[in-house]
Amino acid sequence: MPVIWHRKDLLGLENLSREEIEFILETADSFKEVSARDIKKVPALRGKTVVNLFYEPSTRTRVSFEVAAKRLSADVINIATETSSVKKGETLIDTGKNIQALNADIIVMRHNYSGAAAMLARNLEISVVNAGDGWHEHPTQALLDIFTLKEKLGRIEGLSVSIVGDIAHSRVARSNIWGLTKLGAKVTVCAPPVLIPVAVEQMGVKITHNLDEALKHADAVNVLRMQFERDGSEAFPKQLEYFKNFGITRERLEKLKKNILVMHPGPLNRGIEISSEVADGGHSVILEQVTNGIAVRMAVLFLVAQGRERKKDGEATH
Amino acid sequence: MVKLLIKNGRVIDPANNLDGINDILVEGTKIVRVGENIQAKADKVIDATDKIVMPGLIDMHVHLREPGREDKETIATGTRAALKGGVTTLLAMPNTALAIDTPQNIELLKGIIKKTSHANVLIAAAITRARLGKELTDIPRFKQQAVVAITDDGASVDSEKLLSQALEKAKANKILVICHCEDKTLSGEGVVNLGFISTRLGLRGISKESEYKRVERDIGLAQETGAPIHIAHVSCKESVEIIARAKKKGIKVTAETAPHYFALSEEAVLDYDTNMKMNPPLRSKEDLEAIRQGLKSGAIDVIASDHAPHTQNEKDIEFDRAEFGVIGLETELAASITELVHTGLLSWKELVKKMTVNPAGALGIDRGTLSPGEVADITIISPEKEWLVKKEEILSKSKNTPFLGNKLKGLVEYTILAGKVVYKR
Repeated sequence: MPVIWHRKDLLGLENLSREEIEFILETADSFKEVSARDIKKVPALRGKTVVNLFYEPSTRTRVSFEVAAKRLSADVINIATETSSVKKGETLIDTGKNIQALNADIIVMRHNYSGAAAMLARNLEISVVNAGDGWHEHPTQALLDIFTLKEKLGRIEGLSVSIVGDIAHSRVARSNIWGLTKLGAKVTVCAPPVLIPVAVEQMGVKITHNLDEALKHADAVNVLRMQFERDGSEAFPKQLEYFKNFGITRERLEKLKKNILVMHPGPLNRGIEISSEVADGGHSVILEQVTNGIAVRMAVLFLVAQGRERKKDGEATH
Repeated sequence: MVKLLIKNGRVIDPANNLDGINDILVEGTKIVRVGENIQAKADKVIDATDKIVMPGLIDMHVHLREPGREDKETIATGTRAALKGGVTTLLAMPNTALAIDTPQNIELLKGIIKKTSHANVLIAAAITRARLGKELTDIPRFKQQAVVAITDDGASVDSEKLLSQALEKAKANKILVICHCEDKTLSGEGVVNLGFISTRLGLRGISKESEYKRVERDIGLAQETGAPIHIAHVSCKESVEIIARAKKKGIKVTAETAPHYFALSEEAVLDYDTNMKMNPPLRSKEDLEAIRQGLKSGAIDVIASDHAPHTQNEKDIEFDRAEFGVIGLETELAASITELVHTGLLSWKELVKKMTVNPAGALGIDRGTLSPGEVADITIISPEKEWLVKKEEILSKSKNTPFLGNKLKGLVEYTILAGKVVYKR
């Protein structure tokens, strides 16, 4: 396949072309078998250093990137920084420049502020992979969601996908919306009105506040993690209320009388946005998403490293 | 007395309805004559052929940051920047680290101005103590100290009762009340205009309601009290409409906007450039057009910079954490010429009016004209000359301009303050 990736960074899916997204997915496909081998390693990034720079607590994304980097034979360094110290400590740009000065090659960053990855990338020559910035984007999560959908259903074009949960504050939702709509899927977002962001329909999605409506025509549903602690109010009655109206349960799925894939970016809040029966049941592809996350992140790390090499060689860039 | 003769310039003086090739004779600090082909022996002659000669600009919305934040700007650096931008008179906002809210602080500020200022700096004092919206300041006393306006700029006075009292006192003392219109309960922690762009960026939005509802309320209070009111930094369509309606009703309201609100829309924020972060935020293209039309119709009387310097450390950080505000003294005239005159929206005379006589009228000061007998504050520009906004050439201590890298048309050649050339390109 022709190489169409020229970027040193992956910051989000909004600015990628359909072809670039497809190229990442194809590259991920070729990396997937590595994890099924006895010796789960290829030398693609041997001698390269990947730094996981996490300003927010995250286990699964950080571990997934670490495993992906190690299966590519890269050296991995993990830096976890408490958000609260950001204000007192050194600036993000200074931290990035220090990591660059260590001759690291790729920074994988999780940050609580939207736009942090873009700012870092603008100020560094080394690669930056956005592992989630504020409410903005979480591109590798969306890519692994899309990879899983494609693997299970054979295509993206023409699929109907519903995203259920706190759309307003979700980077996973934004990246999924951009990625899926670019690849020709029909996307519906479903949440109580206060959790739907302003003008989201301009992203090319339909809006519903009714879960059954959202599920009726969907080939797949992506269930977002609900974070009730966000507003500091008493969570429990709200959680029950939410589960009643927006929780994915076996009863709801049975009513549909059709197949539907259930995805979740994790970690699960069992009994809040999804019942245990569904999470562990036949509709769920949640653990396959985790497996596919490795292949997708291997592809992304590999491609941004190559993109930077090409930039250094002075190839025409996008 | 030193005589200065400005020859052959296109003299635009809206107060005297003048726009034509003329000479200006200055003696000492005053303008003596404006007319065709003045024959006089002068100590200095400026050939203003192909140039436009206008009254020195009056910028009624400037944050000079001194006293307290001299790392951002000082009265010395800010007034140097002003002169480079053709601004000879400016109104310093009172939201300095040490708020200008007591007679003592006003005296302190006056002392610094006297020692270090390069331009004519007027003082705005706070409406409430420490700008907290709780307790009125000593407005009658401020009048004796030559304060021309009061404002809690940066914050709105939330209490209607308090603002009403302030308006009554301001009216009695002939002092202008300038309103920063923002309902904080609506704007909250927002950092960009609320809409599709804020959704795409994953940033908290600032609704237009947070601005125009407060514009509506404050104009209502002006009507009740009969006191004149000036609305600062108008950014959205609804505010323009409310102001236009109020003017029709005869309410004494003037309004200002800043160049970024008619030159840039919220789309400029799409790559999280913190030099595009200010309050109120850049709005939609529809709002931008409404601001332009408001300038054309006269709903908006004044163009001011809302010059708000911030250090690199306060801007080169995550968008949410970066300070609100942009500098504008050095670009406001050129940006206005580029966006309003060269596009055919405003005539030269209309533009000059909004940067000279109109702010002078709102503030009740004897400046902004080229009438014989008036103080000779004069700005001479090359109207067609294009220039690039470069960081290295900015005189302000801070470099946070949204026009960085832009080409603007219209370049200040000379700035004359009370008869003296204080800036020459």
